[in-house]
Amino acid sequence: MAILRACGLRKEYGRGTGLVRAVDHVDLDVEAGETVAIVGPSGCGKSTLLHLLGGLERPTGGELRLADRRIDRMSETELARLRRQAIGFVFQAFQLVDELTALENVELPALLAGAGPRVARRRAVELLERVGLADRAAHLPAALSGGQRQRVAVARALVGRPYVVLADEPTGNLDSAATTEVLRLFAALRADGQTLLLVTHESRVAATADRVITMRDGALVGQTNLAGAGGGLGAFAGLEG
Amino acid sequence: MGVLTAVIRLALRDLRRRRTEALLLLIAIAATTTTLTVGLTVGGAADRPWDRTRAATAAPDAVATSARSADLTALANAPGVTGTAGPYPTVSVTDLRVRDVRVAAVVQGRDTATGPVDRPVVTAGGWVRRGGVVVERAFAHALKARPGDEITIAGRRLRVAGVAITAARVPYPSSTPGLVWTTRADLRLLGRPVTSHVMPIRLADPSTAPAFAAAHRNVRSWQDMGAYATAELHLVNQALLTGTWALALLAVACVAVLVGGRLADQIRRVGLLKAVGATPRLVAVVLLAEHLLVALAAAAVGLFAGWAAAPALARPSTGLLATGRPDLTPGSAVIVVAVALAVTGAATLVPAVRGARTSTVRALAGPARAPRRSPRLVALSARLPVPLLLGVRLAVRRPRRAVLALVSLAITGAMVVSAIALNGDITRKDARTTGIMFVPGAPNPVTEQVDHVVFVITFALLALAAVNAVLIAWATSLDSRRPTALARALGATPGQVTAGLSAAQLFPAALAGTLAIPLGLAVYAGARAAGGASGGGAIPYAWLPAVIPGTLVAVALLTALPVRMAGRRPVAEVLRAE
Ligand SMILES: Nc1ncnc2c1ncn2[C@@H]1O[C@H](COP(=O)(O)OP(=O)(O)OP(=O)(O)O)[C@@H](O)[C@H]1O
Ligand SMILES: [Mg+2]
Repeated sequence: MAILRACGLRKEYGRGTGLVRAVDHVDLDVEAGETVAIVGPSGCGKSTLLHLLGGLERPTGGELRLADRRIDRMSETELARLRRQAIGFVFQAFQLVDELTALENVELPALLAGAGPRVARRRAVELLERVGLADRAAHLPAALSGGQRQRVAVARALVGRPYVVLADEPTGNLDSAATTEVLRLFAALRADGQTLLLVTHESRVAATADRVITMRDGALVGQTNLAGAGGGLGAFAGLEG
Repeated sequence: MGVLTAVIRLALRDLRRRRTEALLLLIAIAATTTTLTVGLTVGGAADRPWDRTRAATAAPDAVATSARSADLTALANAPGVTGTAGPYPTVSVTDLRVRDVRVAAVVQGRDTATGPVDRPVVTAGGWVRRGGVVVERAFAHALKARPGDEITIAGRRLRVAGVAITAARVPYPSSTPGLVWTTRADLRLLGRPVTSHVMPIRLADPSTAPAFAAAHRNVRSWQDMGAYATAELHLVNQALLTGTWALALLAVACVAVLVGGRLADQIRRVGLLKAVGATPRLVAVVLLAEHLLVALAAAAVGLFAGWAAAPALARPSTGLLATGRPDLTPGSAVIVVAVALAVTGAATLVPAVRGARTSTVRALAGPARAPRRSPRLVALSARLPVPLLLGVRLAVRRPRRAVLALVSLAITGAMVVSAIALNGDITRKDARTTGIMFVPGAPNPVTEQVDHVVFVITFALLALAAVNAVLIAWATSLDSRRPTALARALGATPGQVTAGLSAAQLFPAALAGTLAIPLGLAVYAGARAAGGASGGGAIPYAWLPAVIPGTLVAVALLTALPVRMAGRRPVAEVLRAE
């Protein structure tokens, strides 16, 4: 069953001669438990597509369903409620709340989703440990390096146990070791059956997906299935070796 | 030259980019400069109508009154006296009637030829003649009496022959009852006993008049009369200066808040400027230049508005000769510009210098004010509902912003408190002038003008308070735009972030509202003292506590509005705009 389904999805900025078709008639199905990577040149609309899928941006046209609910017409309030249980988002530019510590950033979605303060804290601590930042829990984002912030952002996306994790260049600012760390985390998630949609420009990251979708000028122009070819987990296995 | 061009260009561009803020800044300073201009204009010209009237009427330097004219004859030979007129017999009546109006009056018997001292200037009709009386102009104005009108004094029917101005008696209603002149013969025909005799006196040295008045019984100096004759102008001037002080104090606070808020915003730009090689001093100069430009514009606006409003706000008594529109002296203009620049400079200098000192990396990295932990509050907040928790944590981690908001809110409340105090004080003083001494139904020009001025100042204070409140709320919502957008990305509804942010402002708002009451009273008392006003006992204390819930409601609503509006836009759009 497709957990995420886009049909003729469009997003345009500006008008007249300044019109930009950032996302141009995209049809996309993401199955539950699947890991999909989106690749493409800079400016081709990857972030925009991800924002649309996460309900952070309103499409100009087309249909969008998440867990069989139309989300393209939802009010901002309904979207926010939906995001609590359904979506974990990792922004391209970290986007941590500057005023909150790493730990508080991570626990916020859990609290919003209705978890008790203790449960939320425990889960946040657990996730920070998993991304290797247990000792940075009390730091504010300003006191963290780029890679550390990215890992906090990943932990934050996972804390609410969302149906889908949407990650925009989750390894974009990480060095090789940190990238490996994050990929290992994703592999574990995948093993748990977590649905994952990644935007990346690193082939090493894309290689961990079941499917790689190529985007150009706002449109999906190609697709490679790695799961059948024994890619996927195999790629992770390679990393570990 | 190149540096100057760069500074001006950067300052202008930034102003254009932030038109609304620049406009609010302009309003805040212009309110102060306007009242100051009116105050200085009115104050500088307050004595002119009296001086002109004295010059035009061969005014006495002192006026003696006595029940027996023999006493006055003796006084005429006193040392220092160089000339006298009269003595003129006067009769006090309580039944002067024009149409259906009845009022008290003093009737003075005159010769048809005017004497060497006190020659009233006839402004309409002619001088006294048989059966024809002349009414003092301010009194005539209140009575709506014109030459040719019928007038009944002590039951005797006469005609108004003319209307005249004198400097031998303070015009109605600053002195009561009002004055009318008749011929000596007509006075006798009234059939009433002479109440007193009046003798205008010319002295060798007019400046000795107060000493002369003190040395003799029932003698009034021209200086003393002048103070009463121009009472409305002096009162208006006093009220204006009192208001100016309060406005100036509050404008400084207003500007400081604005600049502080803008600086937080500009700190990124400061970093950029420095990164491209601008020196710290240049950065400070740009910031200062920007605000001083606004201050200059505000001074110009204030000078013009004040100059235009002065005649409407302060009209000399109709009992004095008009002196035309009071001029704005170069000295006053310099003072106004200096005050505008000082207010802005004082409020801008510290943040500008601090901004310039900020290291480039820190400025580029984002918040100039590193969030600080305040563990107890944060721990406490863990038990709050999530929206409030978020709001409290955001506020606590920006202590400077929170303190700034609190201070400026307290100042805003103080404006409202001083406006209430000012109004209450004036309402009490403005006891309606009733009784036989006053023309029924005629407005009192003195209290009326002070009322107008107080209204204008109250309005300015409230307008500034409103501007300030909007600014604070705006700054708060701007400051939290990114975190709230992020919270929404993580699943907080627009309603939740709105409620959380508004609620988090309530504690500082309550504190600010409470501080505002003593602060406002202190500002008012200080302004009164600085403006040279006396009294101040009728402040409506019962009303003041209402400032606290008022502040709470205003803050909650004003904060909620912009946050709620941002909540309508998709998250990605808000984040992009940051
Ligand atoms: N607010 C906007 N107004 C106009 N055009 C926009 C706006 N936001 C994005 N675009 C344009 O939409 C296109 C897609 O942008 P998007 O950020 O989705 O690209 P991307 O594929 O994520 O690029 P990158 O790999 O560099 O992150 C770009 O051409 C961009 O210039
Ligand atoms: Mg992108």
